[in-house]
Amino acid sequence: MQRHFDDELAGLQQTLLAMGGLVEDQIRRAMRALTERDDALAQDVIDRDRQVNAYDVEVDEKSVELLALHQPAAGDLRFITTIMKVVTDLERIGDQAVNIAQRALELNQEPQLKPYIDLPRMAERAQRMVKESLDAFVGRDTQLARQVCAEDAEVDSLKEQIFRELLTYMMSDPKTIPRAIRLILISRFLERVADHATNIAEMVIYMVESKMVRHSLA
Amino acid sequence: MADGIRITRLNAWFGPRQVLRDIDLAVVPRSVTAIIGPSGCGKSTCVRCINRMHEVVPGARVAGRVELNGEDLYAPGADPVEVRRRIGMVFQKPNPFPTMSIFDNVAAGLRLAGVRNRAALHEAVERALHHAALWDEVKDELGKSGAGLSGGQQQRLCIARALAVEPEVLLMDEPCSALDPIATAKIEELIMELRKELTIVIVTHNMQQAARVSEWTAYFLLGELIEFGPTRGLFTSPRDSRTEDYVTGRFG
Repeated sequence: MQRHFDDELAGLQQTLLAMGGLVEDQIRRAMRALTERDDALAQDVIDRDRQVNAYDVEVDEKSVELLALHQPAAGDLRFITTIMKVVTDLERIGDQAVNIAQRALELNQEPQLKPYIDLPRMAERAQRMVKESLDAFVGRDTQLARQVCAEDAEVDSLKEQIFRELLTYMMSDPKTIPRAIRLILISRFLERVADHATNIAEMVIYMVESKMVRHSLA
Repeated sequence: MADGIRITRLNAWFGPRQVLRDIDLAVVPRSVTAIIGPSGCGKSTCVRCINRMHEVVPGARVAGRVELNGEDLYAPGADPVEVRRRIGMVFQKPNPFPTMSIFDNVAAGLRLAGVRNRAALHEAVERALHHAALWDEVKDELGKSGAGLSGGQQQRLCIARALAVEPEVLLMDEPCSALDPIATAKIEELIMELRKELTIVIVTHNMQQAARVSEWTAYFLLGELIEFGPTRGLFTSPRDSRTEDYVTGRFG
């Protein structure tokens, strides 16, 4: 039986995906603001966070409405509860984009410490994880979701590598410390982006298989 | 497990039409088990087989085993009247005896069982009305007709009547479908109190009600038991796609 409720659920998913697209773009643009030393672009990322927050509220309100009016069960229930968690992770990824943009604005005040190689690579990995986690959500693809969870380790090790490298700068010349710390922070923000993508992937596994894989359960 | 109700390979017919097929179901004592399913799935017939009410319909037939605490309720020597005393039943439409007072309605089963002592009757009636959460509302008008009560009160009167003979099991066949939401909520609260002492099986069309009051849920379809398990699991992660279709409203 075709249900009107299915249209409501499809609409909710559309809004979530629009938000996902915006958030991915925010990370991409924040990184460009850093590598191209573009203050205007950084400011634009900061300003656009309002749109991300508006999506966050919209998805949450719509989800609560569907829970209240339709009392969904089983797969429908897992779909909506998953969306309510995913939207929080997306909103926080958006916050990380703002954090990166703010550090970029500060870094742009001073000469560039070093060529950025590992940070863009790390950003590219983290962004790919976000995209894949949302693709897994849309396609109910738990294999892809599990792949996202596995990719998190790569991002973590890139962060460690960046930290060690910047440590050598700081030890050899204390004047580099403010810039190095900001770059370390950016690597930390990107690592958090990957963590949020992992959370989304884990919720996809729950949604499809009813299995809780968070915190290494199951 | 010898305790509780154990149904084994239960089959039932109305004339040539088979309405239950090979039902196996173990009801946990002192818990609420909900039976859900679309109209005609056999859920009412199933509970009517538990207290031997199905066989009173002309042309109806039962095969299989139903045990209560290890005793075969269909054994050759088993007395259907005694089975119905141990396994009480409440129906969709409140059906107090219309010509009887509130008191006499509750006392009816006890009198039938031969209790004549006035003090004993009074004590049992008061206890049953307390149990059914009706005492405070009717204690000053026990002599009035039960038919003058509201629908929800009448249903609780029927529950009191069933409880008066101290059954071990209470079967409820759509007990709230004729009641408004407030009367329904009262019955549901009552069910949650009663389950501490009684084994309850409730047939309901209202899935939210099954989700709210029961610990175990059985889903019936076309005379077969499709899925049985903890209510929480059945409503969050059903194992069978037919159960999923039903609880999400895709069915039919």
